[in-house]
Amino acid sequence: MTALTFLEQGFTRRNRRRSFATLFLLLFLIYFLLPLFWLIVSSTKSDPQLFSTFGLWFAHFNLVQNLREVFTYDGGIYLTWLGNTALYAISAGVGAALFATMAGYAFAKYRFRGRGVLFAVVLGSIMIPQTALVIPLYLLLSKVGIINTPFAVILPSLISPVGVFLMRVYAERAVPDALLDAARVDGAGEFRIFRSVSFRILVPGFATVLLLSFVATWNNYFLPLVVLSTPKYYPLTVGLAQWNSSSSAGGGANVLFSIVVAGSLVAVIPVAIAFLLLQRYWQGGLTAGGVK
Amino acid sequence: MSDSSQLSLTPSSSPAARVWHTRRRALQRTLVPFAFLAPFLVLFAFFLITPLVYALRMALYNERLVGGTVFVGLSNLEQAVQDPSFYTGLEHMALLGVVQIPIMIGIALLFALLLDARAVWLPSLFRLGFFLPFAVPTVVAALMWGDLYAPSFGPLAQISRDLGLGTPGFLTSTWMLGSLGNIVTWEWTGYNMIILYAALKTIPPEIVEAAAVDGATPLQTALRIRIPFIAPALVLTVVFSIIGTLQLFNEPQIMSVIAPQVIGTSYTPNVYVYNLAFSSHEFNYAAAVSFVLGGFVFLSSYVFIFLTRKQR
Repeated sequence: MTALTFLEQGFTRRNRRRSFATLFLLLFLIYFLLPLFWLIVSSTKSDPQLFSTFGLWFAHFNLVQNLREVFTYDGGIYLTWLGNTALYAISAGVGAALFATMAGYAFAKYRFRGRGVLFAVVLGSIMIPQTALVIPLYLLLSKVGIINTPFAVILPSLISPVGVFLMRVYAERAVPDALLDAARVDGAGEFRIFRSVSFRILVPGFATVLLLSFVATWNNYFLPLVVLSTPKYYPLTVGLAQWNSSSSAGGGANVLFSIVVAGSLVAVIPVAIAFLLLQRYWQGGLTAGGVK
Repeated sequence: MSDSSQLSLTPSSSPAARVWHTRRRALQRTLVPFAFLAPFLVLFAFFLITPLVYALRMALYNERLVGGTVFVGLSNLEQAVQDPSFYTGLEHMALLGVVQIPIMIGIALLFALLLDARAVWLPSLFRLGFFLPFAVPTVVAALMWGDLYAPSFGPLAQISRDLGLGTPGFLTSTWMLGSLGNIVTWEWTGYNMIILYAALKTIPPEIVEAAAVDGATPLQTALRIRIPFIAPALVLTVVFSIIGTLQLFNEPQIMSVIAPQVIGTSYTPNVYVYNLAFSSHEFNYAAAVSFVLGGFVFLSSYVFIFLTRKQR
């Protein structure tokens, strides 16, 4: 009897503590979701209402009209930007993840001369300021004639030093040497082993790097801002920033603020969906980075 | 190799393996890893090393209207090291880093500890909700917060006026750094939380259980066992934050649209470099300033790693 009461007391105390902690985190959750809530509310408002109604609650529902304007403004350039962003992010994401997986695997599973130095150089490159690379890149790409083309965005985005680091740690832990030796004994070549044995084990890490590179390219602003000058090649970030400047400048010929807001919402949705669908991977795969 | 001359019955020394070891190991050792590395290294050489070397070369030259490109040695770098506009930006970022990074990493660590200890209901909702801002492009994040901060129609100002507190000056020169710090915290806390949470997951459960059996409170377990265990991950998140803070560009660049007088042309080092290159067309000097910035990034990361290594 007494033991049971004791247990019950402990249980309720634990529950009370848990409820308190949950309430504490809920306050933070409001903070983290507030701007997104504002974005959703605002994209349902007409341009004048954005300035005349309370920002954090709905007014007259104008979402459909706003979206129509987003996709038809300036001959439907937003759709072009959306397509460009998807092209840049998918090609750079897949390429960067594949090359980082191969490189990380080589660093993890082979001993070769210069391995330590090479890895240190790759890792050290994370510290180089963007501007120190993008400005000379702008001049170099101008010389070889691929400035202001999609290649100027995609090719530099294929390098992911953080991805190489993650995949090295992941491969070291996930791919047993004994398995590789067994495959070698069976007479399989090194590339065949990678393709049909190692890569399958590395898929969760690959998916994580793919997601990180995809998001990094989808959200990248500085590189496309510098290397692109024709609006039809812009990704969403550069296009939206330009619309925003135009809208802030005011005046009749400029972009409506409601279009900037609704356009921002559309730009966020694909990445948010990718995160929801690939939860399993980023929640598990990032483990590799936390270890070393 | 010695193992090929010895006979043993383990599978790895079967005849096929021995042939592989003796004949192909030398070749494999030199070529195979480089074949795997080749795509990455080729791109790395073209799009990272080459621009870097080119930038260094640029920093050593000047474009003159008369005489064309002239070698000027270290004079651009000397000028950059003494440039007050560069230090204005660097001071902003140093102040931001010293205040914002501890707050952000502290909150991220607290979240990670609570979620890992199963101390809250609905942990997956919080994990996803806190991480969601990472999916939002920094351009859109800056746009949203810029509108939330707006003194006329922004909802925060609306609420503040309704409460009789007047209009807060989020976009004034006094508060701009804090407003930028808030955007950065909003964007990156969840990302850091996920890294720390993943590190906490690797602690062997026996260790924590043993501490509980010995009568350690959850707070003691967190301070004495769980936090020390993930110290390397904590150092990693701080170093990434230092690098990111010193290179801040997107947020101030977007905010300069709504607060042009406050942000100006040198609010952060990278904003300064960008304006030097693309407004003033001083590419050579811009390269020199970005090298000095790179030096500061390297120095601060290294100092932090050194200081924390000594304590362990």
